[in-house]
Amino acid sequence: MSNDLINAASPVSPTYIGTRDGMWGSGSGSGDVSGFAGQKRTLSLPAPASMPYGEWFDDCIAEIETEVDGAVLQVFVWRGELSVVTTPARLLELLRALRDKPSLRFEICSSVSGVHYPEQAGGELHVVYQLLSITHNRRIRIEIALPDARPIAPSCVPIYPMANYHERETYDMFGIMFEGHPGLTRILMPDDWEGHPLRKDYPLGGIPVQFKGASVPPVEQRRSYQQ
Amino acid sequence: MSILNRTPRTPKTPKVTPVTPEATAASAAGAASPTGGAANAFSQPNQANPTNQAPGSGTPHPEDHLPGFFAQGDEPEGAQAYLSNGGDWDQIVAEQRGRSDEVIVVNMGPVHPSTHGVMRLVIELDGETVLSLRPSIGYLHTGIEKTFEYRSWVQGSPIATRANYVANIFNEAAYCLAVDKALGITDAIPARANTLRVMMMEVNRIASHLIAVGSGGLELGATSVTMVALRERERCLDFMEAVSGLRMNNAYIRPGGVAVDLPENGLDLLGELIAQLRRNLPELSQFMLDNPIFKMRTQGVAYLNLSACMALGVSGPPLRSTGYPWDLRKTQPYCGYEQYDFNVCTADSCDAYGRVVIRLNEMDESVRILQQCLARLKDSQGQRHMIDDAHIGAVSDLVVGPDGQGNSFTHVKEIMGTSMESLIHHFKIASQGFHVPAGQVYQAVEAPAGELGVHLVSDGGTQPYRVHLRDPGFNHVQALPIMCEGGMLSDVVMAVASLDPVMGGVDR
Repeated sequence: MSNDLINAASPVSPTYIGTRDGMWGSGSGSGDVSGFAGQKRTLSLPAPASMPYGEWFDDCIAEIETEVDGAVLQVFVWRGELSVVTTPARLLELLRALRDKPSLRFEICSSVSGVHYPEQAGGELHVVYQLLSITHNRRIRIEIALPDARPIAPSCVPIYPMANYHERETYDMFGIMFEGHPGLTRILMPDDWEGHPLRKDYPLGGIPVQFKGASVPPVEQRRSYQQ
Repeated sequence: MSILNRTPRTPKTPKVTPVTPEATAASAAGAASPTGGAANAFSQPNQANPTNQAPGSGTPHPEDHLPGFFAQGDEPEGAQAYLSNGGDWDQIVAEQRGRSDEVIVVNMGPVHPSTHGVMRLVIELDGETVLSLRPSIGYLHTGIEKTFEYRSWVQGSPIATRANYVANIFNEAAYCLAVDKALGITDAIPARANTLRVMMMEVNRIASHLIAVGSGGLELGATSVTMVALRERERCLDFMEAVSGLRMNNAYIRPGGVAVDLPENGLDLLGELIAQLRRNLPELSQFMLDNPIFKMRTQGVAYLNLSACMALGVSGPPLRSTGYPWDLRKTQPYCGYEQYDFNVCTADSCDAYGRVVIRLNEMDESVRILQQCLARLKDSQGQRHMIDDAHIGAVSDLVVGPDGQGNSFTHVKEIMGTSMESLIHHFKIASQGFHVPAGQVYQAVEAPAGELGVHLVSDGGTQPYRVHLRDPGFNHVQALPIMCEGGMLSDVVMAVASLDPVMGGVDR
């Protein structure tokens, strides 16, 4: 299985996730005495698919191509699921076509969420839209990549009103701004929270508690029953 | 009726109306205690009416010795106060509506008992009419999606189960099905494991629907409904405990199968559970469906039609209450649901009543599925409950020993006694876990509240790169404003209950 993982991909490709050094992924300076400290692995997602994609995918991609020419950057087919990568500029056009064209008719946007690939230069933040067609009983995934320096995506709320909370959550967790959203505020974290917790550079624990002046004292100053 | 400003509050001779039935009813609260009448006349100026005092009896009027915190005559003009004399409530309401300066903002929650956890509803009220409603969530956000990224793939199951803790098995199922899909082993899952997954999901569906229906009843003041519902739910949880070892947060479904096979008496327990549910579930519908108060409180309330459901991505019972038979168990089957005989329950009323009917009917359908599970489990006794791949299955293999805990002797003996390499491999597999090929998948299951989806990204490592839980409750909370605005405050409670959001899942 590990052979699949060592997949040579160029560091700028949108499938590139990152490189890991050593046995523990923590680099050679980490006191790794396993003998694998020099090992270098490149992690990447499966390569884009090429025609024919199989199932209903070919017809669907052809329909999209005729409707919004050039909006499809890449097509991925993995585990029987169809993913389409597009650009932020063409996103709304593509989504509108997917929703309105009778042969496509993806009425529901089940979920909008983000993924952070900090090592993918120029496209660190991805927004992933999971669309569902109740009419045709199909699912498709639309993905866009945004630079961390300017993480602004067009809001799809005018097309899919149900994406309202999902986009707010994506903003809250990743700091991705959705232009045209009716009220882009934090939804799960407190309004005055600093940082976006689901980004990879945000630590799990070990951070000062930010709630309303509360603080967690250092370990040695906490109440102890062992006196 | 008299409308008084605070300033001239010195009516030495109280205005007294003849005691009419309405007036008596209006002053019933005040007349209940000897001192309460006087106190209530001012603390509840809209309702109380001091008609229990005989005219000219020499009793001093309550306002003669007002405590210091009441406005005295020489103070500046303050807010409008009303003095109701009984039978004039309509006038007061009309008067108040005409003034239209009394929009108040009410924070319902975050710990209100009817918000199913810690949800806060910011409601603008004109009288009892809801002008606007904005849900405020996040009070139970526990960073579950972040925690996934720091645990192995198997440890994801006990994390996922803590999201929606009322329908917890569905979180595990969606997560593990997504991991199975990413591993490419969906078709290699043993049939018995799939049957056990279906069995636990359906028992959990009944338990979750019982909470939805029972707590909905409680919010209407129907405590007997709640008692019946909780009693039956406890039986479901007893069964789940007998199978998995835990009442809730079971972590029973694991990547590759389930954690343990049925206990020795598992088939008998399942048979008993089915018989009990068959006998007792109809009691709930008898309590609720024909009750005129229940009907008045739910019929036509929390209306959400098909186009609204489509616009807001609403799924589950609210969608089916519009008559659209969308159920992922039928349309996009998983765990072998296509082999079971059951119906998709719908209603055509688009309201809270229809959703209760659907939930009650779905429980009956779940019992039907359980009956079929029983037959399948009988036939598949002795078969594997976990995929035949030690890499994936070994960590989850929690065969219980004769003392009721830990791994079985044979399991420990094989690991510890057979060879040193076996021990090393077990340690490596248990501590590091297995790799999942890089890629992303989305897997949805039909949870009791609607579509529960898991978007999973793997970088090829032993921990998830990103897990996103698409909880139906999170999506459905968006629909509350359209269901409640323009309606009565009391219907907000019914709207929340009919969506059945559980904050553990909404906030994650």
